[in-house]
Amino acid sequence: MAVTGLLLVGFLYAHMIGNLKIFVGAKSFDDYAHWLRTIGVPLLPETWYLWIQRAVLTLALIAHIVAATVLTRRARKARPVRYARRTKVQGSYAARTMRWGGVIIALFVVYHILDLTTGTLNPVGDREHPYANVVADFAPGRWYVTLFYTLAIVSVGFHLRHGLFSAVRTMGQQTQRGERIARAAALVLSVVLVVGYLAVPFAVLTGLVD
Amino acid sequence: MDIQVRVWRQSDPSDKGRMVTYDVKDISPDASFLEMLDVLNEKLILDGDDPIAFDHDCREGICGMCGMMINGVAHGPERATTTCQLHMRHFNDGDVIDVEPWRASAFPVVKDLVVNRGAFDRIIQAGGYITAPTGTAPDAHATPVPKPDADAAFEAATCIGCGACVAACPNGSSMLFTAAKVAHLGLLPQGQPERDSRVVDMLEAQDEEGFGGCTNMGECTTVCPKGIPLTLIGRLNNDYRKAMKKR
Amino acid sequence: MTESFWKDGDPIADTAAPDGPIETRWDRRKFSAKLVNPANRRKLSVIVVGTGLAGGSAAATLAEAGYKVRSYCYQDSPRRAHSIAAQGGINAAKNYRNDGDSIHRLFYDTVKGGDFRARESNVYRLAQVSVNIIDQCVAQGVPFAREYGGLLDNRSFGGTQVSRTFYARGQTGQQLLLGAYQAMERQIGLGNIEMFARHEMLELVIVDGKARGIVVRDMVTGEITTDLADAVVLASGGYGNVFFLSTNAKGCNVTASWRAHRKGALFANPCYTQIHPTCIPESGSHQSKLTLMSESLRNDGRVWVPKRREDCGKPAGDIAEGDRDYYLERIYPSFGNLVPRDIASRAAKNVCDEGRGVGPGGLGVYLDFADAISRLGRDAVEAKYGNLFEMYQRITGEDPYEVPMRIYPAVHYTMGGLWVDYDLQSTIPGLFVVGEANFSDHGANRLGASALMQGLADGYFVLPHTLANYLASGPYEKISPDHEEVVAARTQVEERIQKLLSINGDRTVDSFHRELGHIMWEYCGMERTEEGLTKAIGLIRGLREEFWTRVKVPGTGEQLNQNLEKAGRVADFLELGELMCIDALHRAESAGGHFRAESQTPDGEALRHDDEFSYVAAWEYGETPTLHKEKLDFEYVHPSTRSYK
Ligand SMILES: Cc1cc2nc3c(=O)[nH]c(=O)nc-3n(C[C@H](O)[C@H](O)[C@H](O)COP(=O)(O)OP(=O)(O)OC[C@H]3O[C@@H](n4cnc5c(N)ncnc54)[C@H](O)[C@@H]3O)c2cc1C
Ligand code: HEM
Ligand code: HEM
Ligand code: SF4
Ligand code: F3S
Ligand code: FES
Repeated sequence: MAVTGLLLVGFLYAHMIGNLKIFVGAKSFDDYAHWLRTIGVPLLPETWYLWIQRAVLTLALIAHIVAATVLTRRARKARPVRYARRTKVQGSYAARTMRWGGVIIALFVVYHILDLTTGTLNPVGDREHPYANVVADFAPGRWYVTLFYTLAIVSVGFHLRHGLFSAVRTMGQQTQRGERIARAAALVLSVVLVVGYLAVPFAVLTGLVD
Repeated sequence: MDIQVRVWRQSDPSDKGRMVTYDVKDISPDASFLEMLDVLNEKLILDGDDPIAFDHDCREGICGMCGMMINGVAHGPERATTTCQLHMRHFNDGDVIDVEPWRASAFPVVKDLVVNRGAFDRIIQAGGYITAPTGTAPDAHATPVPKPDADAAFEAATCIGCGACVAACPNGSSMLFTAAKVAHLGLLPQGQPERDSRVVDMLEAQDEEGFGGCTNMGECTTVCPKGIPLTLIGRLNNDYRKAMKKR
Repeated sequence: MTESFWKDGDPIADTAAPDGPIETRWDRRKFSAKLVNPANRRKLSVIVVGTGLAGGSAAATLAEAGYKVRSYCYQDSPRRAHSIAAQGGINAAKNYRNDGDSIHRLFYDTVKGGDFRARESNVYRLAQVSVNIIDQCVAQGVPFAREYGGLLDNRSFGGTQVSRTFYARGQTGQQLLLGAYQAMERQIGLGNIEMFARHEMLELVIVDGKARGIVVRDMVTGEITTDLADAVVLASGGYGNVFFLSTNAKGCNVTASWRAHRKGALFANPCYTQIHPTCIPESGSHQSKLTLMSESLRNDGRVWVPKRREDCGKPAGDIAEGDRDYYLERIYPSFGNLVPRDIASRAAKNVCDEGRGVGPGGLGVYLDFADAISRLGRDAVEAKYGNLFEMYQRITGEDPYEVPMRIYPAVHYTMGGLWVDYDLQSTIPGLFVVGEANFSDHGANRLGASALMQGLADGYFVLPHTLANYLASGPYEKISPDHEEVVAARTQVEERIQKLLSINGDRTVDSFHRELGHIMWEYCGMERTEEGLTKAIGLIRGLREEFWTRVKVPGTGEQLNQNLEKAGRVADFLELGELMCIDALHRAESAGGHFRAESQTPDGEALRHDDEFSYVAAWEYGETPTLHKEKLDFEYVHPSTRSYK
């Protein structure tokens, strides 16, 4: 869980930084997308790196989902009879929404790839010019897309808020101080991520980027 | 004060069970929660009904025998308090209080609020000890133990094995219980020789008993009457990782 | 007139103890004891009833040695035996403080503390092995309190002048028990111990005069079975619950011991009861048990009650200084609030009997920290007693920093129990008794922190040697479960259960238990008189008759039935209570925890009669019990009188 989760987080950060290039300009963003495809050249043939990354990410995601499913099923089995009344005492919303949050994220990723990678669901769908795709995506008229992205990204934020803390604990973090640091760091990293991602659609929406 | 309790009644493991409502009149706020049930049971017996079965023994918060979900919280609303040490003054006149047994497949219901926690004993059997047969011990002062380690080991050793952690955990995991024992013994020099095998064997036993996996939800530590800290789970994970590396 | 309550029997003696120099008696006994060849041990089986410090340590050690052990407890796990509740600490003559402690001093203190009613040989051995206990427990990982240097910390406890008490915060019993429990679980895992939790022993099986097994009820399914073995060990704890309200766990009972007693084992000194002065008082008729608070509170708290009865209903703060009676300081000017347990308890009862008690029902006295707080500051008081104050507040809902605590004495420990010889063997061959269940090494009064020591001494270090001596003559003839004695024992149990279930009267078991408790507390509690005890015997007999005609036990025997369990225990308490009163009646002296009003000095202190009563009273069961006396000789510690004024 922790290893796959952390791999995914690593990608998310890289991806966010890439996305933020949109503020530098259309060229920079498109170049970045292009560069993605040429990493490793000439050592590797073009787009190989990207495919390796995709494979690793896909495997990680699958492993992650499998692990999450196993844990969920074990939990169900461990408590076959539900409580008639249940009061949450710990109160961490993030911790309690890991499973549904994860599913929302998974659905989002599918849509998102069809939207921006393959272009199938994108109004522009020009694979050479992702900048245009993105701008078209978040046009004010398509507010529902923006809303869905926002929902997904906030889910990611919650997922990571608990996920990061949990991963560190799973890796063996074990002091009171460490716990406070881990919780704070998880919160900061999640917030940064949410803000970083949301910046793009909202910039498009408000016309900051067009 | 007058209250109503809705209690889980299940005559034996094969019975489906249900919540049943009872009125309890004129109970003293100084009575403990279990004494309230005693009073109710006296009435049920004289009325020809079956009294409610619940586990208890010391009634001092130390034996770990008592425990029930009270209004959806393991051991009830007071933090760091076992059911037997909870008093009625923490409720209000007219309250309706829900009472259920610990729920986990590893803790099957025996009757009403009584569950079988034998799984905990089997986790201990798997490695929750230091091998020191009687008569083999060196002088107690042969190995000094740094006070912070001794104190930390003591904190971990205060676990009373009540099972509230499992009852509260959304995953039905016994991780806090296991972590407490692993930490208690692993913090002491005497516990080092078996440190690796202990954690691996105990975790295996825990899985075999059908407890859920821990996803660091932290509900367990919040209801733990002895305040066993969540950090001990990290310690267990760390010990486990190191032990597996050596394999 | 009182004579008719009992018959005098032949004197008895402890023939297992070697004589000669006391220092080497135990070594010589161990050497003279027969050994069992390791290869034969597997073929020998032992039943251990009880998993407290005594039973748990015995079971683990016997299993380690290679015997087949089967252990029983009534709780859902061996870890929950009542030993878990002990707070204060455990004594050992380690002399780690270099303060002049020694085996001999611990021996001396214990014999003296027991008011010269214990056996010298046993107590000496107890002091000797106390040293090994600490080593053993540390090796098992018991997290005793330590000092900054990493060495074990000690405190002085129970008024001794040396610091020999080892402790683990306020949970010494828990930590020691977990050590024994873990050792047991290891043996269970290895298949050397078979554990039967939630099983209650209801009868002893005797074949050809030897203890050969027990009849048990599976408390979950109600199944009655017999378990047969080469020897039986009882480690079933004390019987303080005969008083209904006590500091014992709710399930503590006398059943295992009483059943053995009925089958011929002598019961020694049943009237010796220890009453602890600092417990949290009853808060009302719902009260189900009492909670002990550490005696250390008396170091800084001042005990008082209003001088006038009329003031008792007022809040403590409204009672002027001049209207308060600091009675311990008044009566015992030199010891004041620190007089020993029995004296403090009795004095509290006396002022309450005068109608000057405080709190619900007038059963309480104040333990006031106002002076200590103004002298030392709140923080210092909190540092010392914080956790106790918290516990008090949790139970009573009152803040002891603001209003004085209320305390009242409660039954805490029973020094009496089944009679055993130096080998811990009862008068029934093959029946061994360890821990609080035997009449033990404490005489008429137990010193603080020595019950844990005795339980572990018996279980880890004494029993395994002496039991081996008995087993060396085994394996004993195999017995079939259809043997007539076995069947008879099982039938007896079944019939008794049927009887209890069929009465279907109009009173609950608890109501009988509560009433018996009142009688015992009133007449066989802190202060006893011939008149009161005689009356109590009559009352108990009446109550017992009523029990067997009016008790209502709901449910069936084929399921978990907690009222049926209770009913069986109360039925035995109703018999034990009478024997306690008879024992108290016959002992016309004041010794240790036994204060006979007729036997006091002109200024109200306990008056012992060594010439008449320097013996163990061992009772044989019968319609009219028979008294056998075991004379006590004191070669090493000469009887002297305690004084606290
Ligand atoms: C509140 C409190 C504080 C104390 N503090 C101290 C202290 O600080 N220092 C000290 O030295 N002593 C202390 N004592 C006394 C001491 O704890 C006990 O005397 C001692 O632990 C008794 O141990 P045991 O093994 O003989 O019996 P227990 O621990 O009582 O064990 C009895 C066992 O027998 C089993 N059993 C009983 N009846 C049956 C039956 N019929 N069938 C099957 N199983 C049965 C029970 O399940 C249990 O396993 C304290 C006692 C109390 C009540
Ligand atoms: C279908 C999609 C997903 C599901 C069902 C899912 C589910 C879960 C669950 C149940 C956990 C809790 C496990 C635990 O706390 O140990 C978890 C943890 C985690 N998840 Fe996800 N997740 C999904 C997608 C993602 C994605 C896309 C990322 C990252 C971008 C991610 C990152 C993490 C991290 C870092 C953890 C913490 C791992 C740990 O605690 O050991 N998850 N996930
Ligand atoms: C508003 C925020 C986001 C924007 C603007 C954005 C933009 C893009 C773009 C333009 C691509 C195509 C890159 C290319 O193929 O050249 C892409 C791919 C991708 N994005 Fe996003 N993204 C956002 C949020 C997310 C989130 C939250 C996730 C994951 C949870 C995510 C996961 C992916 C994945 C897995 C790919 C496919 C990468 C690949 O082709 O290998 N994105 N994104
Ligand atoms: S960890 Fe806490 S909640 Fe869990 S069994 Fe131990 S004391 Fe009970
Ligand atoms: S609540 Fe459960 S998920 Fe882990 S942290 Fe506690 S065991
Ligand atoms: S009854 Fe012992 S902890 Fe509650």
